[in-house]
Amino acid sequence: MQVKQSVNDFVIKFANVNGTGSASANGMFAKAIFRMGIPVSPRNIFPSNIQGMPTWYEVRVSEDGYLGRRGGTDIMVCVNPQSMAKDVAEVEPGGYFVYDNTKPLDLRYVRDDIHYIGIPLTEICLREYTDARQRLLFKNVIYVGALAALLNMDFAVLKDLVGDQFKGKEKLITPNIYALELGYQYASNNFECPIGIRVESGRAVAKHIKDFDNILMDGNTAAALGAVYAGATVAAWYPITPSTSVVDAFDKYCRRLRIDPGTGKKNYAIVQAEDELSAMGMVIGANWNGARAFTATSGPGISLMSEFLGLAYFAEVPSVLIDVQRAGPSTGMPTRTQQSDILSAAYASHGDTKHVLLFPATPAECFSMTLESFDLAERLQTPIIIMSDLDLGMNEWMSPPLEFDDDFRYDRGKVLSGDDLEAMTERFGRYLDVDGDGIPYRTYPGAHPEKGAYFTRGTSRDEYAAYTEDGAAYVRNMDRLLKKFETAKSLVPAPKIKQAAMETRFGAVFFGTTASPAYEAIEILEKEGIDLDTMRIRSFPFNMDVEEFLKEHDRIFVVEQNRDGQMRRLLLNETYAPAKEKLVPILEYDGLPVTARKIATMIRNYITHGNVTPINRRRRAADAEEVVA
Amino acid sequence: MTYVKPAFRHPEAPINDLGYTRQVYEGGLSTLCAGCGHDSVSAAIIDACFELSIEPHRVAKLSGIGCSSKTPAYFLSGSHSFNSVHGRMPSVATGANLANRDLIYIGVSGDGDTASIGLGQFAHVVRRNLNMTYMVENNGCYGLTKGQDSATMDTGSSNKKGDVNLYSPIDLARLAIEIGATFVGRSFSGDKQQLVPLIKAAISHRGFALLDVISPCVTFNNHAGSTKSYENVRNSNEAMPVDFVPMREEITATYDSGETCEVCMHDGSVVRLYKQKNDYDIEDRQSALQAIHHYQSQGKVLTGLLYIDRDSEELHDVLGTARRPLNTMTEQELCPGSKFLDSINAGLR
Repeated sequence: MQVKQSVNDFVIKFANVNGTGSASANGMFAKAIFRMGIPVSPRNIFPSNIQGMPTWYEVRVSEDGYLGRRGGTDIMVCVNPQSMAKDVAEVEPGGYFVYDNTKPLDLRYVRDDIHYIGIPLTEICLREYTDARQRLLFKNVIYVGALAALLNMDFAVLKDLVGDQFKGKEKLITPNIYALELGYQYASNNFECPIGIRVESGRAVAKHIKDFDNILMDGNTAAALGAVYAGATVAAWYPITPSTSVVDAFDKYCRRLRIDPGTGKKNYAIVQAEDELSAMGMVIGANWNGARAFTATSGPGISLMSEFLGLAYFAEVPSVLIDVQRAGPSTGMPTRTQQSDILSAAYASHGDTKHVLLFPATPAECFSMTLESFDLAERLQTPIIIMSDLDLGMNEWMSPPLEFDDDFRYDRGKVLSGDDLEAMTERFGRYLDVDGDGIPYRTYPGAHPEKGAYFTRGTSRDEYAAYTEDGAAYVRNMDRLLKKFETAKSLVPAPKIKQAAMETRFGAVFFGTTASPAYEAIEILEKEGIDLDTMRIRSFPFNMDVEEFLKEHDRIFVVEQNRDGQMRRLLLNETYAPAKEKLVPILEYDGLPVTARKIATMIRNYITHGNVTPINRRRRAADAEEVVA
Repeated sequence: MTYVKPAFRHPEAPINDLGYTRQVYEGGLSTLCAGCGHDSVSAAIIDACFELSIEPHRVAKLSGIGCSSKTPAYFLSGSHSFNSVHGRMPSVATGANLANRDLIYIGVSGDGDTASIGLGQFAHVVRRNLNMTYMVENNGCYGLTKGQDSATMDTGSSNKKGDVNLYSPIDLARLAIEIGATFVGRSFSGDKQQLVPLIKAAISHRGFALLDVISPCVTFNNHAGSTKSYENVRNSNEAMPVDFVPMREEITATYDSGETCEVCMHDGSVVRLYKQKNDYDIEDRQSALQAIHHYQSQGKVLTGLLYIDRDSEELHDVLGTARRPLNTMTEQELCPGSKFLDSINAGLR
């Protein structure tokens, strides 16, 4: 049988039962490889359940720096008999199946094209521990120890990690290191270590991770930090997977940073609302009153918040909403990822509404875009929706370090202070387009004893906020809102465009977490002679760069993680509509992050079976490379 | 009704401590039906704010949707106002209050807005003890959509079409007392003597103050057979008179100790209550619930200050927020700067 040989380039997957403490052991495994200086991307594939159901943890190791899912599994570590049949079948030929051989393996799970590594995890635990809970927990640590030997991991790094993990609970350090050693010893004594698939530190890694100054963090924590740095003082939310950890992290950092040392009082307020409707209402109320406020939710929350989003759009109240998307519709698959709220977010609410969307692709962008979103919301006086997803929000990603420029100053938008009002001779018009950019001036309640008060409402009004049902006044207002949306195009982040080395009339468009596997797929295809220029969309409304890209290419593959090609539809709707057939949907929507192989296959199939022949390849001048892998 | 509001005012119109006349507290011309109870409530709010010498710009008015929710346009035109969405005023008020705890928040809602579509938000704003005055202009029917029954319509009451309501009504005062409200009053739009001091007491209360004001709908619910018609409310009103004495004033009126009681508010003001036959303790929830129920069982409506908890913790106390409004915090105070981010990055390597 062939032995798969691979250094720093493989996929390992752990099949566990949820609620058995496997997450922290698996996390330690991934972090150890990361600390060895090897690019890694771990992903939890977990059920909507507390205890007892199958859960997986997939770790991609890639010295080329590919952070998206590749597809396929080289090493399966299976400690869950429930899912064993499926798990065995998933291993690539020549790969490894690591299992608990305390009991003999069911013959149905024996394949002749993969390698089996049996470690008597249960037997070791029964021998070493008396407490049932310890027997369960240390099983996980033991297989990590065994993998350290099998994969040539740096044992000292693992020991350091145990020390970090149990800081403050030093009693637990020694038993955990002992458990690691038990696994390490067993593997060293019984197998030829390392195996064909292994890690090695000190090798060259992809150039965009050259100096390995990377951090490993999840997008939700990064977004929460963005809100802290933006000076958000009010957060209102309703618990919903996968967004809950945004507000959890905001709370954690506020407790560290926002408690007045003198009084012990909080310079922030977090309210767990009774539902998403209320959460959004609180955000609107606080922003109306001059505090920076935000909420975080997922698809069902977007549905419930839609009425309020329409109010904020029409009444022109800044708001920030972080949408960590999951598989829908309805409750859908709450612990699975998708990019399927694009249309419901872009057009949330009844009537003519359009919202500004931002699409982060990395934790660093979750941070920077959340930070930026508060400025945009106040500058544009409208809701800003940050379109993250479960894959980005809840998994740890290798990311460039977070950056903040101390010279950065908040843009609080067009707000008239008490002094401004005092100095004003003309009549204040809340909805008057003074500057011609569609953005009016606002005032905070209580700003001035006699001037600046106005009546905020979601029904029609004139430029001075007076109630009117006059059709002409309504139309003037709606047209001004459209003008404001045009102004937004010059303020939102531009797309990242990357040209292929060869001239091509093919393009690929993607956004958010689809970017990493899509860039990899483009490289796979390039090696096959299929060249594509790429555009990573970072915001809606689309600006001229987007229009140009669509114009310049004959076939554009729009890669996204939903069934209906929602971004494709939005592009058709909101640009100088190219012919429908020009935009080819490339879709994945099974709830797992899309893989590079799948994207490459779908594009390849279209080009080879769709009678679309690539033009003769001609090299063109090199371009600056985008950093997101 | 007239369509022009006369600008003329008596040159010797009384002024309050701020030097303002009552006119300063007025709003735009009402577009409600002539004789609508809601207009009397607006007038009572104007009187209360004038007499309390509140600076109009220190008030934020909030409402949901419906006839009642239009009324903030008809009083205190010098205040910011937010006419939000149906049944969701409590959340907008909560957010606004979190941002600036120093303003006076007056919410106006109706029985549809509060007892049906907004019952969830109502219950939770009560629980949170948000520092605000929450007025329900309760007429037992939907006005703007032309007379449908609401959830506060009494069992056995008939609507304009003659249909008799067989559903059980939601009594907002009882509900609020049950789930932790710290100030609950009930009144009648036609009883200014009672309503104005109640509004003053509600504004002075530190925490959530509910005023359930029966405010008849002249167009859709003022017929014989309706329990919320002017005539029926006048006949069934078991009113406990209320006096409000601001903290600066000396209490001079005499009274018989057996028939009145004085409740000292958080700010030192005093609410004086004239009890009638009942002798319940308005600082005891059970006692208040029993008294309301006792009159209801006789077809009467008990009005006045029904329950008060003077020493409760409002939402900001519970959250432990800074004394200074959050919307005054500066960038320097809120943004941790790059150094802290370096330490975050270091911890993630």
